[in-house]
Amino acid sequence: MNTADTLAMAGQAIARNKLRSFLTTLGIIIGVASVIAMVHLGQSATKSVEQQFANIGSNLLFVMPGVSQHGPSALRVSAEPFEMEDVAAIRREVPGILVAPAVSRNETVVFGNANQSIRVEGSTNEYFTVRNHPVERGREFEEAELSSGAAVCVVGDTVVEEMYLNTEPLGSNLRVGRTACRVIGVLEQRGLSMGQDRDDVIVMPIKAVQRRLAGNLDVNTVYISALQDGTSSRVRSEVESLLRQRRRIAPDEEDDFYVRDTQDIMDALSETTATMTLLLGGIAAVSLLVGGIGIMNIMLVSVTERTREIGIRLAIGARSRDVLQQFLVESVVLATLGGVIGVLIGMAGTWLMTEQFNMPFVASPGVIVLGFTFSMTIGVVFGYFPARKAAHLNPIDALRHE
Amino acid sequence: MRGIYKLYGQGAAEVRALDGIDLDITAGEFVAVMGPSGSGKSTCMNILGCLDVPSAGEYLFRGVDVASLDRDELALLRRKFMGFVFQSFNLLPRTSALANVELPLIYENVSRKRRKRLALDALRLVGLEDRADARPNQLSGGQQQRVAIARALVTEPPFLLADEPTGNLDTRTADEIMHRLVELRNERDLTIVMVTHEPDIAMYAERVLFFVDGRIQRDGPPAEVLT
Repeated sequence: MNTADTLAMAGQAIARNKLRSFLTTLGIIIGVASVIAMVHLGQSATKSVEQQFANIGSNLLFVMPGVSQHGPSALRVSAEPFEMEDVAAIRREVPGILVAPAVSRNETVVFGNANQSIRVEGSTNEYFTVRNHPVERGREFEEAELSSGAAVCVVGDTVVEEMYLNTEPLGSNLRVGRTACRVIGVLEQRGLSMGQDRDDVIVMPIKAVQRRLAGNLDVNTVYISALQDGTSSRVRSEVESLLRQRRRIAPDEEDDFYVRDTQDIMDALSETTATMTLLLGGIAAVSLLVGGIGIMNIMLVSVTERTREIGIRLAIGARSRDVLQQFLVESVVLATLGGVIGVLIGMAGTWLMTEQFNMPFVASPGVIVLGFTFSMTIGVVFGYFPARKAAHLNPIDALRHE
Repeated sequence: MRGIYKLYGQGAAEVRALDGIDLDITAGEFVAVMGPSGSGKSTCMNILGCLDVPSAGEYLFRGVDVASLDRDELALLRRKFMGFVFQSFNLLPRTSALANVELPLIYENVSRKRRKRLALDALRLVGLEDRADARPNQLSGGQQQRVAIARALVTEPPFLLADEPTGNLDTRTADEIMHRLVELRNERDLTIVMVTHEPDIAMYAERVLFFVDGRIQRDGPPAEVLT
């Protein structure tokens, strides 16, 4: 018996019983589709995290006062804030970096009838570069405005949308807290990042925020950007040791500030999504296994039902091997068909989900090939036992079977 | 065939389906096997057709001891030398007459084109070439049996075994089928062994074996045995 004939025979047997064939493969279809969708969605989530970080600015370090965040953030012990002197020292001592000190507050902002609580960042012109959030229209701060703490501000796109209802904000006066503040620039649109609207922000000179809003000269956060790729860990250790020195921390004491690297956060998140992917993929693989058992079940029923047919074949000269081959190929073809349909449905599901949640669509050939191969293997493994049963029937008994 | 025994069960429940059969069938003979149910005629036929093996005794087919062959060699023997026709036709359901007739050729590894030609030839032999695409359930009993005969003969075996080929057919159709068989036998020099319990049908043969309780009670030309 040659391969083409065997395949044709399997195709006929499957076509002869369409509904049952479909129900048999349903398990495989669902299994493969879920494996494909789960793993792809996991990869898509990872990619989405990476894109969001690229948006925030890679090589970015956040330096904040407080005890290092191991465990719940609620346990964070408050510590002395930084001073402008610290920022100057970092700028002076650590080469190859851009530094933006920042004071961040939520203030009530009023314009006309609009009244909202908005995040106000007091910083310097470096902020726009370090945070990868440049001024699109208008201008950055002038030197004089920075040194005097002038009441000027640059607003994000969401602020324009919600406070100004998309009318021209440049040159208007916005009330931020107790201060009237002239709008000199509008930030480029950035959208959502890590669940936060990056456009819902007002940037003012740091001195203005410190004097007019906060009433002190503290610095909450220092944003540092390493100018060269791959130097962020060096920068990080230099900043750490410099700050330990300046804050007079004994060698056996813990830091009372912490430095977070976007790379760290990205790695942690990637690891989480990878674990989730593995977990979901594993659950999906179990369903694939159940699908295989379904195939075995139906093939066993089919062998019993077609005992007479097997008897006829044996009588007219089919060898055991021919019968084994026939039933094995039938189950492999069924499983492979299930695999193909499953891959298609899985990819369609991935596409729908990524569209829905605004995630990047990924198609990994490796995963597709794996799902496909796995389903074929299941066809072989779970088809073998019923096929062997068929092949070892006694021709007489098989012929007499009713 | 020498001293063939076929036993079923063991001890007190032992049944001797064949109880010491000695039988020679020469090439070209047309033998009818008769006897009451349970007399061993079907068992004998299954052994002759290499579908079953005897519990004891020796069966030489064309000088080869069948007992020395394994399962696959027996299958090969059946494929090359034997054609089977059954009482219940035993065609594959939902499969065209042509495909049914082609079936033995598939196992012979005959090319698709040649297979189709041979199968059509075989159908022509039984006068059914115009029903090649019909499925078994679209054919009458007589037509189905003719398809089965075509299938049995498509590999041109020298030996045809028929197990009550007319058992499910009315008298007129049965006569038609028998005429056809006799014609084919004369054309192709076939050896036919046919189990039947109808004396009318057995009359077509030139030798009748009458089985009783696993033994051959009478053996001779039909006119002699059936009177």
